[in-house]
Amino acid sequence: MIDSVVSATAGPGILGLVTVFVLAAFVGYEVVSKVPSILHTPLMSGSNAIHGIILVGTMLVLGEAHGAAQLTLGFIAVVLATLNVVGGFVVTDRMLEMFKTRPTPGPRGEEAKAGPETTTRAAGPGAGGGTGKS
Amino acid sequence: MSRGTATDLVYLLAIIGFILALKALSSPRHARRGNLLGAAGMVIAVAWTFSEPSVYSHTRNLVLIVVAMVIGTAIGMPAARFVKMTAMPQMVACFNGVGGGAAALVSITEFIALSHKSIALYKVGEVLFGVVVGSVSLSGSAVAFAKLQELMTGRPVTYPGQQAVNAAIAVGIVGLVAAVVATASTPLLAVVLGLSLVLGVVFVLPVGGADTPVLISLLNSFTGLAVAASGFTLNSDLLIVAGTLVGASGMLLTRMMSAAMGRSLPNILFSAFGSVITAGTGPDAEGRTVRSGTPEDIAVLLAYARKVAIVPGYGLAVAQGQHAARELADALSGRGVEVYYAIHPVAGRMPGHMNVLLAEANVPYDQLEEMDQANLEMPTTDVALVVGANDTVNPAANNTPGSPIYGMPIVHADEAHNIVFLKRSMRPGFAGIDNELLYDPKTTMLFGDAKDSLTKLVAAVNAA
Repeated sequence: MIDSVVSATAGPGILGLVTVFVLAAFVGYEVVSKVPSILHTPLMSGSNAIHGIILVGTMLVLGEAHGAAQLTLGFIAVVLATLNVVGGFVVTDRMLEMFKTRPTPGPRGEEAKAGPETTTRAAGPGAGGGTGKS
Repeated sequence: MSRGTATDLVYLLAIIGFILALKALSSPRHARRGNLLGAAGMVIAVAWTFSEPSVYSHTRNLVLIVVAMVIGTAIGMPAARFVKMTAMPQMVACFNGVGGGAAALVSITEFIALSHKSIALYKVGEVLFGVVVGSVSLSGSAVAFAKLQELMTGRPVTYPGQQAVNAAIAVGIVGLVAAVVATASTPLLAVVLGLSLVLGVVFVLPVGGADTPVLISLLNSFTGLAVAASGFTLNSDLLIVAGTLVGASGMLLTRMMSAAMGRSLPNILFSAFGSVITAGTGPDAEGRTVRSGTPEDIAVLLAYARKVAIVPGYGLAVAQGQHAARELADALSGRGVEVYYAIHPVAGRMPGHMNVLLAEANVPYDQLEEMDQANLEMPTTDVALVVGANDTVNPAANNTPGSPIYGMPIVHADEAHNIVFLKRSMRPGFAGIDNELLYDPKTTMLFGDAKDSLTKLVAAVNAA
């Protein structure tokens, strides 16, 4: 019985779920509306990791699975979802690691658009060009 | 507090984590923290789910869950840790595909579990939506992976009547979905699954390699929607919200990416970009000459310039030449030459890819210029050194209306006083079109692997 699978979260009827869906769609759209192009790839990768939440769904399904067919499908589903979660977050972190050690986390071209928050960047070490000596 | 309330609260925390994660990922300053917030949300959601009676009450099933998670981690962790930075895009495609596959499997398994009972029609509809969208995402990502990994051609794959065939498959799926809703037949569901996998393949085949990142973003969004559909099936707010967040933000991100390439999404998906190999060829197509120089010639040009722009492209990334590029920049700066990098938003294979690669080579951020800024400086730049880039500096995007890349913003390397191309051959770029800039009288070519050429230039500059 479907309701027993996730009895804990089965609250509102279908209309309640649709409401949640619509609100989440607006939030998702608004929350990334100002992402600079250098972060397009990490953002894609990060949101890719977030849909790994299907792992919770696969756990619930495999937990209740009966018979060889359901057990096999559920098992594969958990493996794939775990891959999605682990790989997604680790790859994203590796991309973003590149931004970590520097006091000026963004290219110069962005300062003009990024607003007051970033105007102090040029004062950081490494600014001003000519950093290397041959 | 009842278990149900506690679960709702924990899942609400996870949801807040995901929203804050997406928010933080949109700013360079907090991006890494954002990813960690998302991971934290995931960990608490998954950990709490172990306390669900439906998960732990059958010991055999619980063991299977743990074993499956260990296997997934054992594969995913090293794959993600050791993948080369240049191979990131296909890795994202891969992780996205398996997510879509998992969502489809959840829907299928639920369908089998439910098939003995009388269930509401909309439930069957949700299941089918999850199966169709999840499978399209899975097989589409697999093809995108193959294109980026160069297991198959990056060119669009086209055949006569392609649009009609694709449309027929899509219509067939819709018809079968209606039939499954009416009959709740499992064999029919298998046919829907098979056709959806085929649709994912034929949907991606005609998209050119250069556009694949946009496509991955779209498929990422699809997977989010498939996860949301699974959430409806399982009555889980958590899955609905997280899946929809990704679905909606992914849709917007896809549009922003195509805008960065100056194209519309339908144009990318359906126009078989790049199938016209010579669309950029001007009237002087024949008898054009190319000037090539020695590393020493070019080193002198660079060493005695006042301002040099390095325009990196995927060739630099493939050759792992980003460290050599930085050495050259350092050698030039050491001689008092002003050096900056002109970064096209889609340089490399994904937006932002090049910034990541250069950051890996410790290139100072203040030397990186986004395209618009770089284009302002280009007319006062003495030498534009184009390393392994082609399409992103192709003037055809500005002046050849028939060209497949017409309208794409480019780095105006053509406005610099001199242009130097480091390129392996005269072969066209990823988009498969000719570049008239290679034949420009201001242009000097240095053929060879980008890293080798850069290393030779460093030596020659130091000797100059």
